[in-house]
Amino acid sequence: MIRVIPCLDVDRGRVVKGVNFVDIRDAGDPVELAARYDAEGADELVFLDITATHEERDTIIHLVERTAEEVFIPFTIGGGLRTEEDIRAVLAAGADKVSLNSAAVRDPDLVERAAMRFGDQCIVVAIDAKRRDDGSGWEVYLAGGRRETGIEAVAWAAEAARRGAGELLVTSMDRDGTQVGFDTDLLAAIAAAAPVPVIASGGAGTLAHFGEAVTRGHADAVLAASVFHDGVYTVGEVKAAMARDGVPVRR
Amino acid sequence: MALLDYDMSNLRSAGKALERLGARVQVCRDPGAARGSDAVLLPGVGRFGAAMERLDERGFTAMLREVAASGTPVLGICLGMQLLFDQSEESPGARGLGLIPGHVERLRTSAKVPHIGWSEVHWREGAALAPASGGPAERTYYFVHSYSCIPDDPADVIGTSEHGVGFTAAVARGGACGVQFHPEKSSAAGLALLDRWLAGVQSGQMVAS
Repeated sequence: MIRVIPCLDVDRGRVVKGVNFVDIRDAGDPVELAARYDAEGADELVFLDITATHEERDTIIHLVERTAEEVFIPFTIGGGLRTEEDIRAVLAAGADKVSLNSAAVRDPDLVERAAMRFGDQCIVVAIDAKRRDDGSGWEVYLAGGRRETGIEAVAWAAEAARRGAGELLVTSMDRDGTQVGFDTDLLAAIAAAAPVPVIASGGAGTLAHFGEAVTRGHADAVLAASVFHDGVYTVGEVKAAMARDGVPVRR
Repeated sequence: MALLDYDMSNLRSAGKALERLGARVQVCRDPGAARGSDAVLLPGVGRFGAAMERLDERGFTAMLREVAASGTPVLGICLGMQLLFDQSEESPGARGLGLIPGHVERLRTSAKVPHIGWSEVHWREGAALAPASGGPAERTYYFVHSYSCIPDDPADVIGTSEHGVGFTAAVARGGACGVQFHPEKSSAAGLALLDRWLAGVQSGQMVAS
C-alpha cells in the first residue's frame, strides 16, 4: 500500500504554520496534531525540526518522548541531526526513523555508520533537488534550497541507498510550495536508480497529484505539509482520490 | 506483563501501547524479573544473530524456553517473532529460541526490500489474535522487515500477507505467538490486536494447550 505522510515543521517544540482543525485545543502542539493525523488515517508522520539554535534542540527529544507515548503510528525526525549521537538520542527517545539531509551530503560515511549501528530501516536520506538548466539531471541543494553542492541527485540517491539508507525522501525544490504537482520525472529517475522506497515531496496541490506521484513517479509514499495544515484536503480525501486512481491505500 | 529489554529495540512504543490498554508493564533487564509474570512480550529490531547473543548473555534464552514450556504466553513482535524460530538465513549458525519449529529466510520478492509500509493480513478464521469482525482497515498493519518466517508445520501460520510474494504475518503454537508487523505502530488496528492478546492472556486462552 502507498503511504500518505503529513509533515510538520517544528520550531522549539512547537508546530509552525497554522493548522485549521476546528476542534483542536492547541494547534501548536505537535503531539496533539500527530494524534489527530493518526485518527484521520495518516500512515506515518515526519517532524522536521527547524529550530535554529543548538541550545534549544533538547526540546525535540522531549517532543519525541511525548509523541511515542501517545501516537501509535511510525514517525520520523528530521532536521539538524549531525552525528551518530544525535541519531541515537532521538531513536532512544522513541522515534522510529531519522531523516538525514545536509549531514549525509557532507559526510556520506555517516549514512553507513548509522545504518550499521541502528539498522537500514530507520535511516532515511532526504534529498532536496532542483532540475539543472543544462539538462544533465538534478542538482542536490542544501540549506533549504539555498546552496548548490555540485552533486547530481539521482547519482546521490543511488549512493545513499548503497550506503544503507532504508528510504529516500525526495523533495523537488522547483515544485516545493508551487502546488503544481510533484516532479514525477525526478521521482521516476530515482525510483529506477535506487532499490529502496521513495517518498515523494514537494508540489502537491490537487488531489490528482498524489496518484501521479505513484503512477508516473513510481513513489512508494507521498508527503505533504501545507495542503494538510492549511486544511485544503484531509488525509482521508487524499486517500479516497488515490484509491479512485487505482493506487492501493489503507482506508 | 514482562517486556524484555535486551538493548535491541525501541521498547518505549510497545510498552506505552500496552499501558494505554491498561496492562501493567514491567521492563525486565534480567530473567528473574520476568519469571512469574502473566505473559512475556519480546520486541525486537535489528539482526537475528546479534539479538540472540544479547538474549543469551542476559539469560533470557533459557528463561523464555522455560516459561513457554510451562504455558506462559509469549508474544514476539517483528524480529521478536523471528527469534521464536530455530534459525535464520540472516545469521547462519545462530541458534534461535526454537519455540516454533521452522526457519527464517530473506523475502524472495521482486518488490523492494526491506518491506516498509502497511499491508493487509489475511487471518485464519477463528485463530488466536484474529479480529472477529471489521473491514480491511482493521486488518492492515505496519511492517518493516527483510526476512520472513517459515514454520515447519503450516498449522502454526495464523495470518499471511503479501509483498510481491506471500509471507507469514502471524504465527501461534501453544502459548507462543508472533507477529511480523508492529502492532504498536499500527494505529487502531494494532492496538486492537494487542488488546485481544491481553484479553487472551487474562482469560487463559493464550496458554499452551
